[in-house]
Amino acid sequence: MEPIITVKNIGKKYNINHQKGGYITLRDIITNAFKNPFSFLKTKTKNILGIETKEIFWALKDVNFEVMKGEVIGIIGRNGAGKSTLLKILSQITPPTTGEIRINGTVGSLLEVGTGFHPELTGRENIFLNGAILGMKKKDIAKKFDEIVKFADIEKFLDTPVKYYSSGMYVRLAFSVAAHMDTDILIIDEVLAVGDAEFQKKCLGKMEDITQKEGRTILFVSHDIKAIKQLCNKTIQIGNGQIINFGETENVVEKYLSISNDITLEKWENNKNEFNNDYFKPEKFYISKEKNDELSINLEAIIDKIDNSLTVGYALYSEDNTLLYWSYQIDGDNTDIPKLQIGRNIIKSIIPVEILNNGRYTIELIGGIHNKEWLFEPNKGNPTLTIEIDRKFNTSHLWTKKRPGLLAPTINWKNK
Amino acid sequence: MSNGHITIIKPKKLFSLSDLKEVWEYRELLYFFTWRDLKVRYKQTAIGALWAIFQPFMTMVVFSVFFGGLLQIPSDGVPYPIFVYTGLLFWQFFSSALSDTSNVLITNQAIITKVYFPRLLLPLSSVATKFMDFAIAAVILVGMMIYYGYTPHITGLLIIPLLLLITFMASVGFGLILASINVKYRDVRYALPFFIQILMFVTPVIYPASIAGKYSWILALNPMMGVIQSARAALLGTTVLNWTLIGISLAATTILMIFGIYTFKKTERYFADII
Ligand SMILES: Nc1ncnc2c1ncn2[C@@H]1O[C@H](COP(=O)(O)OP(=O)(O)OP(=O)(O)O)[C@@H](O)[C@H]1O
Ligand SMILES: [Mg+2]
Repeated sequence: MEPIITVKNIGKKYNINHQKGGYITLRDIITNAFKNPFSFLKTKTKNILGIETKEIFWALKDVNFEVMKGEVIGIIGRNGAGKSTLLKILSQITPPTTGEIRINGTVGSLLEVGTGFHPELTGRENIFLNGAILGMKKKDIAKKFDEIVKFADIEKFLDTPVKYYSSGMYVRLAFSVAAHMDTDILIIDEVLAVGDAEFQKKCLGKMEDITQKEGRTILFVSHDIKAIKQLCNKTIQIGNGQIINFGETENVVEKYLSISNDITLEKWENNKNEFNNDYFKPEKFYISKEKNDELSINLEAIIDKIDNSLTVGYALYSEDNTLLYWSYQIDGDNTDIPKLQIGRNIIKSIIPVEILNNGRYTIELIGGIHNKEWLFEPNKGNPTLTIEIDRKFNTSHLWTKKRPGLLAPTINWKNK
Repeated sequence: MSNGHITIIKPKKLFSLSDLKEVWEYRELLYFFTWRDLKVRYKQTAIGALWAIFQPFMTMVVFSVFFGGLLQIPSDGVPYPIFVYTGLLFWQFFSSALSDTSNVLITNQAIITKVYFPRLLLPLSSVATKFMDFAIAAVILVGMMIYYGYTPHITGLLIIPLLLLITFMASVGFGLILASINVKYRDVRYALPFFIQILMFVTPVIYPASIAGKYSWILALNPMMGVIQSARAALLGTTVLNWTLIGISLAATTILMIFGIYTFKKTERYFADII
């Protein structure tokens, strides 16, 4: 059987502008041209000759896959992996830089809930407008109108402008319109993340209906692994713009999670009522996994007295007990550091896993009043945590084990 | 399995006739965009319709007092108020359509980055909306014609749709070019109102084209001059209808429109990336 979607060698290149505010202004260009006519002409000729002067970035590279009719494909990957970019190309919002996609049917995409909703228009009017924007025919919308209203559960507010809707009602209505799209293929970007748990469940149920009863093909991006497992028979894992894995959901998800889940997340709690002091009495010290799979170190403490010279943080040691670095909560821009107050405080920081080699590390709570006294002097029996790092340094399947050296920063290389 | 609907997505999509066919396929959405704009406009300001009448009317009154009354600007032998109002009617259609079209990609960026549809629909619908304002403002003109006792020739009435078409094409064509520039250089839009203001003074809105004497053919390159002069000729009988002038305007706007669509299509594929 012929696949319903064939994706061949798809790549997407973005130019990254370092311009202030993100936009180029004509004024800048004109003033530049007057101020530095020569360099202006030089860059112009370079541009014309096709010598690249802008910084480029491949959001997707060499992406190939096929989807058969009726398949429900999950797409997972970290933030910035390129998932949304892939969906945007599939829904023709942006063209690919390389490659070709062949789609054997009509496509409906839901990259955002309520695209094109107008706050001044009523629920009824927005159903028609939004439906039309999503590509539905007016008569189809009219036919499904009651169903849409019923699913969204907003009968009473049908003739109220949506600007008076609660955000929950808004999302319900928007999803409901989208769920009644009648295309062969449905493309969905993590839109279910909004809305309350109950409605999310209802949506997942509706999506299961769509696929099982109506036999439609769905591509579904989500960070919600549970939803992916529940809905998708196959899953694509994307990382750094490339397909890392594509296959049965079970296998792909298991591998995906194992990249970060092998790390046992340790937790220290102040059960013995130690480290009593007014400035920073630790309650909990633990590692947690963030939504986007980053690992962070969390520090929960009670403060009775504020001292502006308080520095707390951790020291990181490698397997052979070599000190790698200290990190304090006061590091970085002064306006951006955590604000501490009397009472309970929880502060956290991301572990820079991308610079670490594979292996076991020790994290020690350290801190004190700067230039006055240690509260947690290094190597004096402070709370410690250990963490096992086992990550891939690249996606090439070469060099995936431990590297020589204390550190193993992932540094990007480019063609000059 | 899918009623033969096949889409091929490839890197470069050059302008072709199938783009226009696609606009036709999406005509319902064009209707919805226009409907939305009208609805919101006339809902938000309860006096929306009144505003469409009030604005050109007051401009006419002010211009009549200053330019017609104090400065004694000639008006081809017809009362200045009706002379200037005829000009304003078409000019405002053109200028408001032009300014809306130039900003249409920015005002609709939320949709552009999330849904696919032929982007051409947006400028088209923003201009279509202006027909409504034109129709409303035209009521005043009819009133004035009755008041001053003008009966248009039958050819005069028949030519109005053609003049509207020229105005439509001129604002869409020019607007598409400006819209493409506007996405890339965001400061352009601040200069736009000023630019449109200037345009008005080089178009015979408040003065007759005959003022330029033997050089008036230069003004003919400005399609709006042809439109306004012909409208006056047709409705008020200021001069005889100059078909050459209409021909030049039509040709100029057709070229402008084609160039506008071409520019727009060329930059269109990157809109979603840079907005
Ligand atoms: N218009 C653009 N111009 C430049 N870079 C872009 C543009 N759109 C996306 N990118 C970059 O492309 C990369 C992939 O982005 P994309 O939105 O596809 O990630 P994602 O996998 O959807 O992430 P998330 O899980 O956070 O939604 C990111 O590094 C992003 O910064
Ligand atoms: Mg995304």
